[in-house]
Amino acid sequence: MSDVSVYESPIQDSPSYGLMAEFDSAQELMDAAHKTHAAGYQRIDAYSPFPIEGLAEAIGFHKNRVALVVLIGGIIGGLSAYALQYWVAVITYPTNVGGRPYHSWPSFIIVTFELTILFAGLSAVIGMLALNGLPMPYHPVFNVGEFAKASENKFFLVVFSSDPNYDPADTRTFLAGLSPRMVAEVPS
Amino acid sequence: MATNTQIPAADRRVPVIAPGHTFSTITEKISNIVLKRPVSLGWIFGFLIMFSLMNMLMIALGYLFIKGTGIWGINIPIGWGFAIVNFVWWIGIGHAGTLISAILALLRQTWRNSINRFAEAMTLFAVACAGIFPLVHTGRPWLAYWLFPYPNTMRYWPNFRSPLVWDVFAVSTYLTISLVFWFIGLIPDVASLRDRAENPILQRVYGLLAMGWRGSARHWHRYETAYLLLAGLATPLVLSVHTVVSFDFAVGIVPGWHTTIFPPYFVAGAIYSGFAMVICLAIPIRSIYGLKDFITERHLENAAKVMLATGLIVAYGYGMEAFMGWYSGNKFDSFLLWNRLHGPYRFWYAALLACNIGIPQVLWLKKFRVSTGWLWIISFVVLVGMWLERFIIVVVSLSRDFITSSWGMYYPTKWDWMTFIGTLGMFLTFMWLFVRVLPMISIFELRTLLPESHVHEETEVKQ
Repeated sequence: MSDVSVYESPIQDSPSYGLMAEFDSAQELMDAAHKTHAAGYQRIDAYSPFPIEGLAEAIGFHKNRVALVVLIGGIIGGLSAYALQYWVAVITYPTNVGGRPYHSWPSFIIVTFELTILFAGLSAVIGMLALNGLPMPYHPVFNVGEFAKASENKFFLVVFSSDPNYDPADTRTFLAGLSPRMVAEVPS
Repeated sequence: MATNTQIPAADRRVPVIAPGHTFSTITEKISNIVLKRPVSLGWIFGFLIMFSLMNMLMIALGYLFIKGTGIWGINIPIGWGFAIVNFVWWIGIGHAGTLISAILALLRQTWRNSINRFAEAMTLFAVACAGIFPLVHTGRPWLAYWLFPYPNTMRYWPNFRSPLVWDVFAVSTYLTISLVFWFIGLIPDVASLRDRAENPILQRVYGLLAMGWRGSARHWHRYETAYLLLAGLATPLVLSVHTVVSFDFAVGIVPGWHTTIFPPYFVAGAIYSGFAMVICLAIPIRSIYGLKDFITERHLENAAKVMLATGLIVAYGYGMEAFMGWYSGNKFDSFLLWNRLHGPYRFWYAALLACNIGIPQVLWLKKFRVSTGWLWIISFVVLVGMWLERFIIVVVSLSRDFITSSWGMYYPTKWDWMTFIGTLGMFLTFMWLFVRVLPMISIFELRTLLPESHVHEETEVKQ
């Protein structure tokens, strides 16, 4: 479930972060991801210049918790906005405006709504970035020169050296069998 | 299938991307505007003009801070004047950006992908311009933070039953959400710029902004969820913002303001003027920067259709206002209608009807929707018309309300005009800079429009 372990810094006696295979098309990456996952590799990642439907599932990542974070953020925002208004208007600073009730709840809906959206929206952004581990100024995959194309037109698959099935020679042979453009070692 | 976009083969319309593009050409074409294209004399010249206008705004505001709002034409009975007219106009313009980025995303309108980025930038800059007006209209803007609830030594708290406090929350939420929506949309594209930039300083700047984005499948998965949820949140938000702005009027009892039609009619008007601004910006940008492959006739035509539809909703709003003026039997309401048609502002009202209802009807004809020249002119007319609408709503209603002894006239001063034109300069200065420093079209979303981006699952893989 948790994928945080994928990004653990590699252990000292293994100088390599993993092996990277480069592909020309989204379809090739997708097929390779399926095969690699089916071959029993768990700690893998795929990189593409745009979101590819089903790719995350292909590497065994099925559910993310962004929606839950947003739900919690929205609930906190809404409840705290209403509570603040109630506390201000009824308890700490009651103002008589034309004899209207202090707890004039229809007037409180708007700020409640706006703060629900505000908290939920900020939770979506901050939650997404935090779960992704961003900002991350350094990452080993950028050590491979070709990887600059991951934001343009090339597709990459990485098997991390922390994978229990990882073996420098066998994994390289396996990746080479997926007909990539090239297989490169990712220095850590 | 001959076409290289998502459109079904049966669809004979102009495609959303011109044929022949690949992931590389899209990336190159859009990022080169930022990274490779030399700064032209025309750009510098335009920038200097816009920047001068922005400085005129600074002078107008500086003098305002010294002298106070007395330098404007506002007085009792017309205490709102240009400040509120411009506020509502600018914030309305912003709405098209959110509509394009959020509502059209939820409706899976793929044509939005080429125009959402700069429409969102337009939203941000327009809301920034809008925010200036209520702030300086408070008279003592350095105390504007009193509008926010925070514990203070005065032991004072804002009145949450006031529409003006609702406005503070609606507009600041809108600005914040628009900003983060725009920012997360930019992250993958800024990563593309980071990887393509040759200048080490640019690499660092874009690298910082991209925050280490590397296009991991896990990241995309969460990214798409977050983006979809933000779109879902921004959709009711954008509808609520102009609703709340209309409450500033509708909750009051002034004739012409106290009507239930205001929220939907304001929202439609906002989208109307916003799409007009999108068209006014898109037409020159696509021809100057050679982006006709990505912002095609289809985009302009669709935008024109949205403008026509929302314009008709606005026309319905005017019709209902007039109808209720008569049908309510309320003499103040019926006087308002008479006053608009025959009072001292009748020429402005006639101009409003011509700009917002009359002239845009030519958009029913395809000839005007596909001619960029005509479309630009009509959009400009709509922008003028929507500004006049806010002027009529604010000024005509206030100028003659219940008691004839308190009637008055509003004459904007040069400081009013300098502030208004100055915000136009500020808006265009920001747009001018934006097109040169950030990708003005979403690169990664355009990539997803190419057929090569679609994969099929391999079902025969054994688990």
